[in-house]
Amino acid sequence: MITLSHYIVLGAVLFCIAVAGLFINRKNVIVLLMSIELMLLAVNMNFVAFSRFLGDVSGQVFVFFILTVAAAEAAIGLAILVLLFRNRSTINIADIDSMKG
Amino acid sequence: MNPQLFQLICFYAFGFVTVTAALSVITLRNTVHAVLALVLTFFSAACLWMLLDAEFLALALIVVYVGAVMVLFLFVVMMLDIDQEKMREGFVKFLPVGLIVAAAMLVEMLGLIGVRAMHMQVMGADPAAAAGTSNTAWLGHALYTQYLLPFEVAALILTVGVVAAVALTLRQRADARYESASQQVKVNPRDRVRLVKMAAERPVDESPVPPQESKS
Repeated sequence: MITLSHYIVLGAVLFCIAVAGLFINRKNVIVLLMSIELMLLAVNMNFVAFSRFLGDVSGQVFVFFILTVAAAEAAIGLAILVLLFRNRSTINIADIDSMKG
Repeated sequence: MNPQLFQLICFYAFGFVTVTAALSVITLRNTVHAVLALVLTFFSAACLWMLLDAEFLALALIVVYVGAVMVLFLFVVMMLDIDQEKMREGFVKFLPVGLIVAAAMLVEMLGLIGVRAMHMQVMGADPAAAAGTSNTAWLGHALYTQYLLPFEVAALILTVGVVAAVALTLRQRADARYESASQQVKVNPRDRVRLVKMAAERPVDESPVPPQESKS
């Protein structure tokens, strides 16, 4: 018998995997972007589960908007990545330090 | 078999695949393999959403993410020439920190969920079916009435995203040749073509007559 906790725990596990991915892949921008997609997936999982268990449509509508914004974010992020590689010939984060931040 | 037990078995199977694929996304050496593992993650997540009767969002996840966003990722990964070994530098160095932070977050979140799980909620009837419609009609009705303005804003965001992505990556090559349509329209045939009138054959016994030119 599936309970709400099953889905929330799964979302938490996915989110923590994504956070670990942000930490251990500090050099590769593409894997960082993919970790962010994983985080959004974990959040969406919680939204869908709560929407189903509370019988409220707002959660699923919000997942719809998150998918939209995530698609736009991925498109612009990858465009910036291509531009970066064209100008600097690298996507290594350690080499992208010209702003001395 | 008890349908609820079958649902639970399906949940554990899909959840195991999702977590395993997510783990391989962040640990695989080859970036292309990582993208493919992410495709598997999204697909099993869509299966999990199917278990929650969210059919429209599950299919939208497959169509939008697996069909569009992940293919975009694959294009970029294959287009860029990435030094795989250099990208792996620091993997072992940051591994303990990442594991500690992730484990601490997981323990905290599970603690919070455990506190709230005292009154565990069992999955009841499908709210869309209770309302007498399908999931898509249920979602679409809310989307086009209560959430119409955010829906339009989402469309605007997508348009801005497309324009921004094209504007960022568009470039004019210095050595490329272009056609100028306005100059092509303005051209006069007299500037390009010169009609020459000349005799069909030359007389044999006389000195050759230079062909008469006519400027037409």
